[in-house]
Amino acid sequence: MSTLEIKDLHVSIETEQGVKPILKGVSLTINTGETHAIMGPNGSGKSTLASTIAGHPRYTVDSGSITLDGEDVLAMTVDQRARAGLFLAMQYPVEIPGVTMTNFLRTAKTAIDGEAPKLRTWTKDVKAAMAQLRIEPEFAERNVNEGFSGGEKKRHEILQLELLRPKFAVLDETDSGLDVDALKVVAEGVNRAIDAGGLGTMLITHYTRILRYIKPDFVHVFVDGNIAEQGGPELADRLEDEGYDRFLTVAPATA
Amino acid sequence: MTELTEEKVIDSADGKVWSQGFIKGMTEEGEQLSEINPESGPLGGSAVKAHSHGDSHGGGIGIPDSSRAGRLTSYKLADFPLITGREEDWRFTPLKRLRGLDRVGVKGQELNGAAPAVEATGPDAVTVETVGRDDARIGSAGIPEDRVAAAAWEHFKEATVVTLPAEYAGTVEDVTTLTLTGSGETPAAAHILVHAKKFATGIVVLDHRGTAVLSENVEILVEDGANLTVVSIQDWNDDAVHASAQHIKVGRDAKVKHVVVNLGGNLLRTTPSARYSGPGGDVEMYGLYFADAGQHLEQRLFVDHSTKNCKSRVTYKGALQGDGAHAVWIGDVLIRKEAEGTDTYELNRNLILTQGARADSVPNLEIETGMIEGAGHASATGRFDDEQLFYLQSRGIAEDVARRLVVRGFLNEVIQHIKVPALEERLRDAVERELAASA
Repeated sequence: MSTLEIKDLHVSIETEQGVKPILKGVSLTINTGETHAIMGPNGSGKSTLASTIAGHPRYTVDSGSITLDGEDVLAMTVDQRARAGLFLAMQYPVEIPGVTMTNFLRTAKTAIDGEAPKLRTWTKDVKAAMAQLRIEPEFAERNVNEGFSGGEKKRHEILQLELLRPKFAVLDETDSGLDVDALKVVAEGVNRAIDAGGLGTMLITHYTRILRYIKPDFVHVFVDGNIAEQGGPELADRLEDEGYDRFLTVAPATA
Repeated sequence: MTELTEEKVIDSADGKVWSQGFIKGMTEEGEQLSEINPESGPLGGSAVKAHSHGDSHGGGIGIPDSSRAGRLTSYKLADFPLITGREEDWRFTPLKRLRGLDRVGVKGQELNGAAPAVEATGPDAVTVETVGRDDARIGSAGIPEDRVAAAAWEHFKEATVVTLPAEYAGTVEDVTTLTLTGSGETPAAAHILVHAKKFATGIVVLDHRGTAVLSENVEILVEDGANLTVVSIQDWNDDAVHASAQHIKVGRDAKVKHVVVNLGGNLLRTTPSARYSGPGGDVEMYGLYFADAGQHLEQRLFVDHSTKNCKSRVTYKGALQGDGAHAVWIGDVLIRKEAEGTDTYELNRNLILTQGARADSVPNLEIETGMIEGAGHASATGRFDDEQLFYLQSRGIAEDVARRLVVRGFLNEVIQHIKVPALEERLRDAVERELAASA
């Protein structure tokens, strides 16, 4: 059992207008086996939290801490974090010219495990995981994300989640831009990863739609860089009915 | 860091305009997903800035000063005017670094250094001779198209002639290699003729090494039905200057694979041209270059479709890294009126690995007949940016491994087309070395 602990996290970015604070004291603890939904209006800092956990250089941590089983995550490089067991399914996965998915997946698996996967079982695992996510076999020979549609990119993020088997997965708006069929395929993949055990999940979403397919244990509502409210799954139902309006009138998003 | 910009996003839910500093490709709007992701993709957005189509030096966007068909060709140096650097043909070349190759005959500038020493290995059936200037075969495949090549033509003392006899059937293992080792910094001229007789099949590698200030003409004569691969590797010492005009003449139903590998040297200017002497000719031209800090690697190609039913494919890919690394690719394709049934496509891709490197890529396609199979070109210069690095690192891959993964993959696309096993290995190693030098 592992614990990802975020304590009083303050994060800012540099813009042309100067330093802009985005996260203003976020605290959140996720344990193995738990699924936390992070919801909130645009600009509330949800994606910033995801990127900060993964270590994107754009974000500056001004204060606070992120620890994984007591280890200081903020002191780690991006690749060290991944090897420590953190995984970020990106909102907009980038294209990597010249690198095939096959090559990429094997290199990533080797890096995460510290040794090359056994070729025969690995090829079988990849094929099976691709089939479950309805990814055509020919994608294995295509360059990473190159020419993939939005839905194909998201399915490949979940493919990596299933193959790399992290301790904690942060899914950054994996549902956005997906039609309902694609959403179901992706949600099935996430549920398989959760059911396989040993995973804590942070599910970042703008919409409640995905929560019909992936059941959160906890729901946190982000507004203006902080958690405005938290609760169980019932909070998601309330958001579905009411939207974010009641939060916005209390604390308007920065314009 | 990658360039980052503030962009305004209209929230479709309430129509309110808000702005957020954001990473390209990491906004919150699902609707902005697009298949090609034109802003953050390797072929769009800021990447385009490192790529130019003609600028203030002259010419227009993708249009040369005049038709390529009208360019002067002559064996005589005196026929060519002095190079000023403003010509379409020379506008990208740093003349000062040519070490006099452009000014032969002016103010006592000579071109009389010793030509590179030639060492030949290969199958017995393929002959390698050293011949004098008056050998009848000289001039059978080419004619200089610029002053530097004409100077070399006037000044070379001896030529090396490689002959693949008629119906010679070489395999991928039967590689004839000429190792040309530069003999110093005195400007020198060299001449090579590779001659594949009727229905001959074979591979010839020109391997340039050492230090030289060299102007070279390479004639590649491919008779009817022959199938010839010529690989020209420029892996000189850092101080070398090398202009190489490579003239390919393609016979009826002949097949030529021409590969340029530009790795080492201060200034390399390689100008391959292909002309067809009969219908049914098929030319594949591949190029691979890796420009480091301070290197100028220039590749100018010309495919002259003057007969019916010929095919050409051009694929050049280059990686650039370091301050002042400069790569130039110009791809001229001319489809003359009589060249009905022509099928041509040319492609250039550049991958810029660090700040301070620059790639110029200009495809030019002139078409004088509509009766063709196909004609197209593509050119793109992409940047290996921090977002790509972040993506790979976020999957546990260390930075140096990530960088190698990308460059290797990018250049492999060319390497695997060469289909000469012994060479593929060496080129992969060379790419690794270039990468290691940057770390």
